[in-house]
Amino acid sequence: MKNKSKQSKSLTGAEALIKCLETFGVEYVFGLSGGAAIPIFDALVGSKIKLILTRHEQGATHMADGYARATGKPGVVLVTSGPGATNTVTGILTAMMDSVPMIVLTGQTIRSMLGKDAFQEADIAGITMPIVKHSYLVKETNDIPRVIKEAFYITNTGRPGPVLIDLPKDVTSAPFTGDSLDPAMDIPGYKVPARPSTAEIKKFAKLFKGSKKPLLLIGHGAVISHASQAVRALAEKLNAPVTNTLLGKGAFPETHKLSLGMLGMHGTAYANKALVNCDLICSIGSRWDDRINGNNDEFCMGAKKLHIDIDPAEINKIVKPDMSLVGDASEIVAELVKHVEALDTAEWQKELAYYKKEFPLKYKTDKGLTAQQVLHELYEVTKGNAIVTTDVGQHQMWAAQFYLTNDGDKWLSSGGAGTMGYGFPSAIGAQFGKPKELVVAIVGDGGFQMTCSELSTIFVHKLPVKILVIDNKYLGMVRQWQELFFDNRYSGVDLEGNPDFVKLAEAYGIKGFHVDKTENVTKVLTDAMKYPGPALIHAEVIKEDNVFPMVPAGKSAYHMIIEAPTTKLEKPTGST
Amino acid sequence: MNEIADKKNIHTISMLVANKPGVLVRVALVFARRAYNIDALVVSPAFNEKFSRMTITAQGDPKTLDQIIKQVNKLIDVIHVSEHSDVDAVHHELALVKVKFTPATKPHIAKLTKKYKATIMDTTKNVLVISQSGTTAELNEFESALKKYHLIEMVRTGKVVMARGHEET
Repeated sequence: MKNKSKQSKSLTGAEALIKCLETFGVEYVFGLSGGAAIPIFDALVGSKIKLILTRHEQGATHMADGYARATGKPGVVLVTSGPGATNTVTGILTAMMDSVPMIVLTGQTIRSMLGKDAFQEADIAGITMPIVKHSYLVKETNDIPRVIKEAFYITNTGRPGPVLIDLPKDVTSAPFTGDSLDPAMDIPGYKVPARPSTAEIKKFAKLFKGSKKPLLLIGHGAVISHASQAVRALAEKLNAPVTNTLLGKGAFPETHKLSLGMLGMHGTAYANKALVNCDLICSIGSRWDDRINGNNDEFCMGAKKLHIDIDPAEINKIVKPDMSLVGDASEIVAELVKHVEALDTAEWQKELAYYKKEFPLKYKTDKGLTAQQVLHELYEVTKGNAIVTTDVGQHQMWAAQFYLTNDGDKWLSSGGAGTMGYGFPSAIGAQFGKPKELVVAIVGDGGFQMTCSELSTIFVHKLPVKILVIDNKYLGMVRQWQELFFDNRYSGVDLEGNPDFVKLAEAYGIKGFHVDKTENVTKVLTDAMKYPGPALIHAEVIKEDNVFPMVPAGKSAYHMIIEAPTTKLEKPTGST
Repeated sequence: MNEIADKKNIHTISMLVANKPGVLVRVALVFARRAYNIDALVVSPAFNEKFSRMTITAQGDPKTLDQIIKQVNKLIDVIHVSEHSDVDAVHHELALVKVKFTPATKPHIAKLTKKYKATIMDTTKNVLVISQSGTTAELNEFESALKKYHLIEMVRTGKVVMARGHEET
């Protein structure tokens, strides 16, 4: 920077850090203060970066995650050492598993005390090593600008992922005497895949030739690379049906006639039928995860398998493809479209239309209020235009089934990690990033109680986030497994002692709504969505209800259960 | 030798990494998470002191190895990584062996030492320390030949490898 020597002399390490964050366009820092981070919090005073004080560090990480997924920009977290740092672990894992760009700044004890069990010392770089894309323990004040620059580059290029920067207090307190706040990076080992050659893409395109039953599988990679236009062009040119993973929702419009919706463990029957019967499957940014591929030996048997991914380690990890292309989905698919030819899929589409008609997603309204009805009505009331976040469990699967998505940036859910407590704080982050959008957090009564202390955060900032609590008074997904596979032996699933969620909201100064009758849902949801400020809707739904279709863990889609079984099921062999 | 190695699923992986604290942990985690046992590990500064050379000998399912190499390659601090066979690289290892001798056995041990191009480094009381360098197979052979004498202990460095010809290791 200009006037470097003059300017640098007056800066502390922490001030240099904040200046660097400003340079990278950081609008918000989500965090919670503490002793070892005081110099950094001090440097935030007077900065144009807005500090969002959360009530727990996990909340801060999910907010940063929600902000990142909604805007495409890295979310920034600032916490203190020790427990402050360890409380970010769940959020870091969540971001890592779902390839979310995030910078986590942790305060640390002073250098001379490292490794001496100092007060609030935790080896956070060591603890998080397996769940970060990269991490730093900064030992020299003058390294701060380079580390920040590298971190921002690493976190959001290639396959995005979280970067942790551990900052000893004396490093941030000491004067910054470096030459520049914009130094050269020093990461010779970091490789961002280049675009494959046109010749390779042409070869890939040829493999589609002759397919009668093609299927495009769209994953989170397509969302991250903003490949939706290219994906749509490809599907329409090929006349190929499209299915999406949980995190691929929206990268291809779920309302499009070629869309089969979500596939997998709780995917639509027709998407899973397509998976079983296709003669070619092309994954665009999906990692053939065990929610869609419970048994690799029976996965798309006989079908040609094609794989597009930016991460070379995903190729051959689960599925051995006939051919793969490593690179950015948007770039690759845009080129691929030019080289493929239309396929004759009339018969295939007829077959799938039959499945759609025969096995639609459905729910009952005669036995009381169901989660499915609430979520379906939410879709109708918002016309599918809201940014929706979810927690993890039954409500998440029902939301995926009934809240159709046409824009990948508007569906935020913890897929890989399956983190309960994600939904509400991520909605807060999304609302900060997209202040003009309607943001709805769909949460279960279990997960919501893990991070509901952030009600203070939305109250303080008057954020118009809407929280839809689907309350069945159970940890419903586990209860479903226990009912289906464990002889109804309920263990550790009864959420007896739930609070009155409306009163809970009101205690934080937030408007509460309540619904427990099928006939009131539309009105309550309409009123709540129109409410000009934060609001919580407490939807009490029937206690015992199951998500179907279901592919038992460890099984292939051939073993899909479409409706509630009447006979006892064997225990699943898959992980969870 | 190759056959034995293949049967036991032993792999030699060489990598060039940034010479920074914590890199070894990052690499080791990739192996440990996939239940790969590291048999031997050699780390030393590379020609360019900004980097270190790591040579890892590990046992495990070859199907997993491809994934391990790719995951190691993804580490920001890893410049490059590759697996080396005997065919494409020179392998070498060093051992120190401690053997107890009697006047009767000493000439036999000395003869073996000569045969395997090893060197007696130290004689203290009735104990020899012998140094041998060579391929893993040669070291294994020498070890079994010495077993009929009183072998007290052995320390091996683990393999280092270097690609043949112009290819970079």
